[in-house]
Amino acid sequence: MTILRAQDLAINFGGIKAVDGITFDVNKGEIFTIIGPNGAGKTTIFNLISRIYQATSGKLVFDGDDITHMPPHRIAGRGIARTFQNVELFEHATLLQNLLLGQHAHRKTRPWEEVLFLPRVRVAEREIRRRVEEIIDFLDLQHYRDVVVQHLPYGVRKVIEVARALCTQPKLILLDEPSSGLNVEETEDLSFWIRDIRDDLGITVVMVEHDLALVNDVSDRVMAVNYGRLIATGTPADVQNHPDVIKAYLGG
Amino acid sequence: MRFIFKTRYDQDINLFPHGGAVFWYSLLAVTLLSVPLIVTPFYVGELSFLFIWSLAGLSLMVLTGYTGLISIGHAAFLGIGAYVHAYLVRHGVPFIPAILCGGFAAAAAGLVIGIPAIRMRGLYLAIATLAFSAIAEEVFVRWETLTGGSRGVPVPKPQFLGIEIDNEIGFYYLCLAILVLCILGIVNLLRAPTGRAWIAIRDSEIAAQSMGVNLAGYKALAFAVSAFLAGIAGGLFAHKVGYLTPDIFTPILSIQLLMLVMVGGVGSIHGAIFGAIFLVLLPTVISIARDYLPAAIGQQPALEPGIYGLILVLVVLLEPLGLNGLWLKIKFFFSQFPMYKSATFKRQKTYMRTERLQ
Repeated sequence: MTILRAQDLAINFGGIKAVDGITFDVNKGEIFTIIGPNGAGKTTIFNLISRIYQATSGKLVFDGDDITHMPPHRIAGRGIARTFQNVELFEHATLLQNLLLGQHAHRKTRPWEEVLFLPRVRVAEREIRRRVEEIIDFLDLQHYRDVVVQHLPYGVRKVIEVARALCTQPKLILLDEPSSGLNVEETEDLSFWIRDIRDDLGITVVMVEHDLALVNDVSDRVMAVNYGRLIATGTPADVQNHPDVIKAYLGG
Repeated sequence: MRFIFKTRYDQDINLFPHGGAVFWYSLLAVTLLSVPLIVTPFYVGELSFLFIWSLAGLSLMVLTGYTGLISIGHAAFLGIGAYVHAYLVRHGVPFIPAILCGGFAAAAAGLVIGIPAIRMRGLYLAIATLAFSAIAEEVFVRWETLTGGSRGVPVPKPQFLGIEIDNEIGFYYLCLAILVLCILGIVNLLRAPTGRAWIAIRDSEIAAQSMGVNLAGYKALAFAVSAFLAGIAGGLFAHKVGYLTPDIFTPILSIQLLMLVMVGGVGSIHGAIFGAIFLVLLPTVISIARDYLPAAIGQQPALEPGIYGLILVLVVLLEPLGLNGLWLKIKFFFSQFPMYKSATFKRQKTYMRTERLQ
C-alpha cells in the first residue's frame, strides 16, 4: 500500500532544475533510501516533501491527501516528521524541552488557558510528558534528559533529532543523512534503531544516506538520483549494479 | 549538595522545582511585602520604579530573550499604554479597566507592527521597529486630544476600588501585585506549548516549522504579548511620573530596555529583574561617580550614554548570559561546594552552524 506518492515532482531555482520531474512511490512500512552523488537533489526532495520548498510542478500525495499546497507547519500534524542533514536542534534548551516541542502538533491547549495554567493544561502536559518519556526510553536517552543540548556530543545530538522527530508521532519519518558524522559503532546502533522504528513503532522510513553499508543493511528499496532525475529504483543490490548508477558515481 | 530525585512528571511541570525554591521565594515575598514598613518613602518610590522597569524588561524579554526577535521600538508600546491609560483615567474610567485597555491598545499596535515584521529578522526587524518608534513619537506630539501635544498631560492618582492611592506605599503594593501577576502569566506560558514554540523559533526556525509551529502566528503572538506587558508598564509609569510628555518615549528609552535585557541575561525571567535593578541603580552610581572623576570626564554630558555603551560591549564580550549567567554560576558554586571545577563554565566554541530559513 502506498503511503507517499510523488508525481512528476519538479523545482527550479532560477535556471537550475534541482529536481526535474521525479516520480516515486513509498510503500507503507518500508525503509526507502534515496542515494545519489552530491548535489543530486536528495535533500531538495526532502525539503519538497516537508513543504519547506514549493514545488514548481508535480504533485505530492500522502496517505490519501494531496499535500502539494499544504502549509509547512501542518505537515508534522499530518504525520510526516523529519531530521536535518546538519543537526537543527534547539541548542539552548534541554533535551527534554527539545522533545516536548516534538509534541507541538498535538497540543490541545490554547495560549489563554496556558497563561492561567488551568488544570486541563497540567493534564495535557502530563500526557505530553508521558509520550515523550516513551521515546526517551525507546532511544535510551535517559542519561541526557536534563542536559542542555549545546553541551552534548554530536553523535548524541543526531539521536536526539531522531527522537524529536519521533515525538511528533509520525506515520512517515524522513531521515536526512542520519549516519553523517557518526562513528562505526554509532552507525551500527543507528541501523538497529531504524529497523526498530519501522518494526516496533510501525513508522515508514525514508532516508537519504551515503553510507552504502548502512543502506544495504536496512533498506527495502533504494532510489538513485542524479542531476535531479531518477536513474534507478529497486532492491539495494539491483540499484548498485545498475549501469547508470555506476556511471553517475564513477563517471564515464 | 542537592540531589533531586524525580519520581513524578509534575516535578518538572510545577512552578518550583523543589522545596528549597519555595523557601527562598517565600522569603523574598515576605521581604518585599515588609520593605515599605521599614525604609523611607523615597526608597519605596525607587522600588516602585524598579518594578515598572522589571515589567518593561519582562515584556522585551518575551520578544527578544525568548522568541529571538529584536525590537528597538518598545518605548512606543510603553507610550501607547501610558497615554491610553492616562486618557481613560482622566475621563473617569476605573484603574483596572483603564490599564487593561492601555495594554490591549499597545497589543493591537504590537500586532500592527508585528505582522509585517514577521517576514523580517535581525537587523532589518530592529530598524523597522525603530522606525515605528519614531513614527509613534511623532504621533504623540501631534495627537493633542489624546496626548496634550508637546505640552503634555497630567496624570491623576490611581483610583483603586474607589480608594485613591495617593501615597508611595499604596502604589508600591499595586506595582508589586501587577508585576507578580504578569511574571506568573509569562512563566505559565513558558512551561506550556506556547513558550516552547517561542524558544524553538529563537533557536531554529526551520526545525520549529517542521515540528508544526506556525511561525507567523507565534511571532505575532509574541509581539502582542510583549506589547501588552509594555502597555501595562506604561500605564504604571504614567502614574509614577505624574505628567506625560512625548520626549519620555524616545528611542533612547527603547535602547535602555534592550540594554536591560542584554545586561540582565537573555532568555531568563530573572534576567529581566536583574537588568532592571542594574538600570535603576546605574544613574545613581554614575551621578555619584561624577563627583570623583576628573572634571574633564566628570562634567561630560555624554558620560551616561557612553557608560551604557561600554557596559553593553563588556557584557557581550565577557558574560553573554549577563547578570543572570553570573548568578547561575554563583549558585552552582555553592550547590557543588566543595567539588566545584573551574572548567565547568569554560565557554566552548561550536562550529556547527547550518543553513537557515532566510
